Amino acid sequence: MAKQLHIFVENKPGRLKTITESLQKIGINIRAFAIQDRGDYGLMKLIVSDPRQAHLSLADMGCACALKDVLAVSIPDRPGNLHRLLGALADGGINIIDAHGFVLQPNKQGICVIEIENLAQTNAEQVVRKAGFDVLDDDQLNNL
Amino acid sequence: MEIRYWNKEIETADREKLRQIQLQRLKSIIASALKTPFYSRRLPSVGIHSPDDIKSLDDLRKIPFTTKDDLRQNYPKGLLSVDTSEVVRIHTSSGTTGVPTVIYLSAKDLDAATDIMARSIYATGTDKTDILQNMMSYGLFTGGLCMHYGAERVGLMVIPAAGGNTKRQIQLMKDFRTTVLHITPSYLLHVHSKLAEYSVAVSDLALKKAFVGAEPHSENTRRKIEDLFDIDAYNSYGLSEMNGPGVAFECVYKTDLHLWEDAYIVEIINPKTGELVPDGKEGEVILTNLIRHAMPLMRYRTRDLAFLHKESCPCKRTHRRLSRILGRTDDMLIINGVNIFPSQIEEVIMKIPEVGTNYQICVEKQGALDRLIVKVELYSKIFMGEAKQIDNLKAKIADELKASITLKPAVELHEPGVLPVFEGKAVRVVDSRPKL
Repeated sequence: MAKQLHIFVENKPGRLKTITESLQKIGINIRAFAIQDRGDYGLMKLIVSDPRQAHLSLADMGCACALKDVLAVSIPDRPGNLHRLLGALADGGINIIDAHGFVLQPNKQGICVIEIENLAQTNAEQVVRKAGFDVLDDDQLNNL
Repeated sequence: MEIRYWNKEIETADREKLRQIQLQRLKSIIASALKTPFYSRRLPSVGIHSPDDIKSLDDLRKIPFTTKDDLRQNYPKGLLSVDTSEVVRIHTSSGTTGVPTVIYLSAKDLDAATDIMARSIYATGTDKTDILQNMMSYGLFTGGLCMHYGAERVGLMVIPAAGGNTKRQIQLMKDFRTTVLHITPSYLLHVHSKLAEYSVAVSDLALKKAFVGAEPHSENTRRKIEDLFDIDAYNSYGLSEMNGPGVAFECVYKTDLHLWEDAYIVEIINPKTGELVPDGKEGEVILTNLIRHAMPLMRYRTRDLAFLHKESCPCKRTHRRLSRILGRTDDMLIINGVNIFPSQIEEVIMKIPEVGTNYQICVEKQGALDRLIVKVELYSKIFMGEAKQIDNLKAKIADELKASITLKPAVELHEPGVLPVFEGKAVRVVDSRPKL
């Protein structure tokens, strides 16, 4: 399963920078990121070249962070495909907590990173594959 | 100015007569105290075995001080002198840690306390034609119920509105032509800030007076209240350990608070040495309750700082006047009239495994009201990566704090290691409210 690094950050100037700074120091490449705003704090969500190494390094600094299993779906970059993916998940009764996406190759491939409620207890991966999408594993996502 | 007395003989008794009453009542309290587990150990240790060992009021000083810690350690029944079948009411207040302090009142005690409360109300020129909206919280806190009973005894129409719900409060004031409020000064100022929102003008109301208490305030705050509402505001002083409000109250001259010396013996001491200080000098207020037998309490260290006036009052009452409360000798915080010890907050936080041991307590003004913010650090190892976990944790901390301190703080979760680390306890509290 693909891993996303979640980091608890206060909503204050300079907090995000300390995270990116420490990842830069150990040569971690950030492939994609999103920030979930929760008022006085936020969650920074990173797709990185080496999630385990990044996690260990931030945890050593005393950061509150965690690796989360996410569904990383490869989607052809064409109109209507996100709608099709969401439709399949909705039909399967699968609830999305948060998601972000990015285009990898314009007009060819995009990636959608989805946090699913109780992922381990769902058949989300099968549902997505059945709908005709590729699901990326940890290595595939990290080595995009 | 018209001066009215609830009990003229007592209120204007000469000092010698007052001292006689105090001595006689003190002996009687000693008799009750000797029936309690706590004082039956403590009094003989200083040579007091019976009321006859008290020959003069000076003998009071043989009795060691009783502290909040004594009350806590002897919770719940160590200071009870009678069987609970003789008790008709209890009240509690916050202790310095999770253990509250409790007071017990017999029917006779309650009657005496109510009479003192009635005397206080009447001294402000309030009478049975008045309508009191009691905006202090009811329940375990003495401020609501004790005022309520005193006002009923004077014959006022009482609206037991309790605290909160400003819109309804203003509606009640309008509909029932409320003439007197019992309220904390900060809440009264907040009410004023809300009048326009509900399209109510001060002139739409029938307010004449306010009894303001439960939190320290300055003469400037009183004037501001009086100007904004065009009323007279009377300062009141009390603490639950001494039966609540009405220990001392202002008369129509509003020049500080007559402390009812037939009901309480007041001493002002140097809090460091325990030595008495002369009238006019600031010190810690020490009170001996002369009217409560079910739970005697003698030489109680209130931790409140104040002084006694030397001069007499034009109202001819002989009971000395206590100044406004000038501060505390401990770290107790008074937040919207609720007494809170930082140690209570600490105790709750330390029991929650998901947060670190470093914390900060911030108190600030938001409009006229106080706002309590408890800042804690997330314990990094428990974080599972979900916002829901953080939000649930914040709600859990707020709920557990509310269960302990009775008001719900705003909880801020911080990253591990960002809150300042302090050696001492006091600096964990940042009180940015303007000084009195």
